[in-house]
Amino acid sequence: MARKPKDEILHDHNHDGIDRRGFLKCMAWAGTGAFCVMQGGVLKSYSLSGLSGLSGKQIKGDLCFVQISDSHMGFNKPANTDVAGTLKAAIDKINALPTAPGFILHTGDISHLSKPEEFDGVDQLLKGASAKDVFYVPGEHDVIGDDGKQYLERYGKNAKGSGWYSFDQKGVHFVGLVNVMNLKAGGLGSLGNEQLEWMEGDVKHLSKSTPVVVFAHIPLWSVYPEWGWGTDDSAQALSYLKKFGSVTVLNGHIHQTMQKVEGNVTFHTAASTAFPQPKPGEAPSPGPMKVPAEQLKSLLGIRDVNYVQGKHSLGVTDSTLE
Amino acid sequence: MKRTVSTLGFAMLAIVILMMAGRSRTYGVAVEDKPTAQVKIDNFVFSPNPLTVPAGTTIRWTNQDDIPHNVVSEDKSFKSKVLDTDETFTYTFTKPGTYTYFCSIHPKMTGKVVVQ
Repeated sequence: MARKPKDEILHDHNHDGIDRRGFLKCMAWAGTGAFCVMQGGVLKSYSLSGLSGLSGKQIKGDLCFVQISDSHMGFNKPANTDVAGTLKAAIDKINALPTAPGFILHTGDISHLSKPEEFDGVDQLLKGASAKDVFYVPGEHDVIGDDGKQYLERYGKNAKGSGWYSFDQKGVHFVGLVNVMNLKAGGLGSLGNEQLEWMEGDVKHLSKSTPVVVFAHIPLWSVYPEWGWGTDDSAQALSYLKKFGSVTVLNGHIHQTMQKVEGNVTFHTAASTAFPQPKPGEAPSPGPMKVPAEQLKSLLGIRDVNYVQGKHSLGVTDSTLE
Repeated sequence: MKRTVSTLGFAMLAIVILMMAGRSRTYGVAVEDKPTAQVKIDNFVFSPNPLTVPAGTTIRWTNQDDIPHNVVSEDKSFKSKVLDTDETFTYTFTKPGTYTYFCSIHPKMTGKVVVQ
């Protein structure tokens, strides 16, 4: 399929000859989530599936946290008839980490149909995680039918607007954004003016050396607009972050790991804990992808990402488990 | 005379049968005349799209995906609840016009109904 230049995912900053196609070939399913370590303002991420092979020293940083995403509690179709079981497996991985993470980020689609029992199921399972603090942003599956009212009551008591907020952890500034509300026909994810104005004010006072982590459900970069994998007004949000030396954007929604570096910003999408989705354009639709159980392990892997401040260089090492 | 009575009886019987048939036929037409149309939701696509129907048509959307969708008109004249797999939504279009709609969960999914 011919793609427009604007859809290209990776610029060849490093002169290493990795174009979009080559980049896509490097992608691997991470399986259950991502483990992130801030080391001197540089974020490294690992697939949870491969962490047992890493030493404590390798993954001990100034700040450790875990990102999980798209648990879709309530989903029961052939792609995964036991999403509670796979979320539990993800939590077991978190609990087996050599260094306990400080907290968990859940980047949305907690539930499949916004049903109370679905949220309850995730809450109950996450009580078993070693990290007790969980920070959420909603996915489009979490705000079905009530414009996000239930989500806000459960997870957004201290948040602004439809659920956006920020917090600081060990010198790192985290910004949780909502891009699944008030979506327009034919459009992509949307932040909206009210949230953008808040964000501009939120980061204005920070020194440019502050590492910033922005997390939201739908990717804040144009992964594949044909499938709605992007956010219409993300460029505006990113424009507020230009002064910072280290900006990391964490998203979910597309149920596969992807990375991109653009200037001072590294973008990461996380795998789902529930089911994989096809690579961009490689299926008629982004619907759930049924993967044979024996094939899954060969697609799981370790992803070691190292973003070096100032060099615009993204070092990616992928290795499969089998 | 006997033959005449018999013929008359037969004729009356025939009339009654025809009347019943007529009533039955009329009833059948009444059901079939209430126009209906189907839109399937499959692979994140509404089809057929656009769909042109006469006024008074009831359209039934059926979600055939493993992912929930909904059907929301841009002018807010109709909005379905979320449709899980195999669930349906029906709406009767009484006034001529062009109705654009989308899935508010996956807004890239758009559709149009033209009512004549």
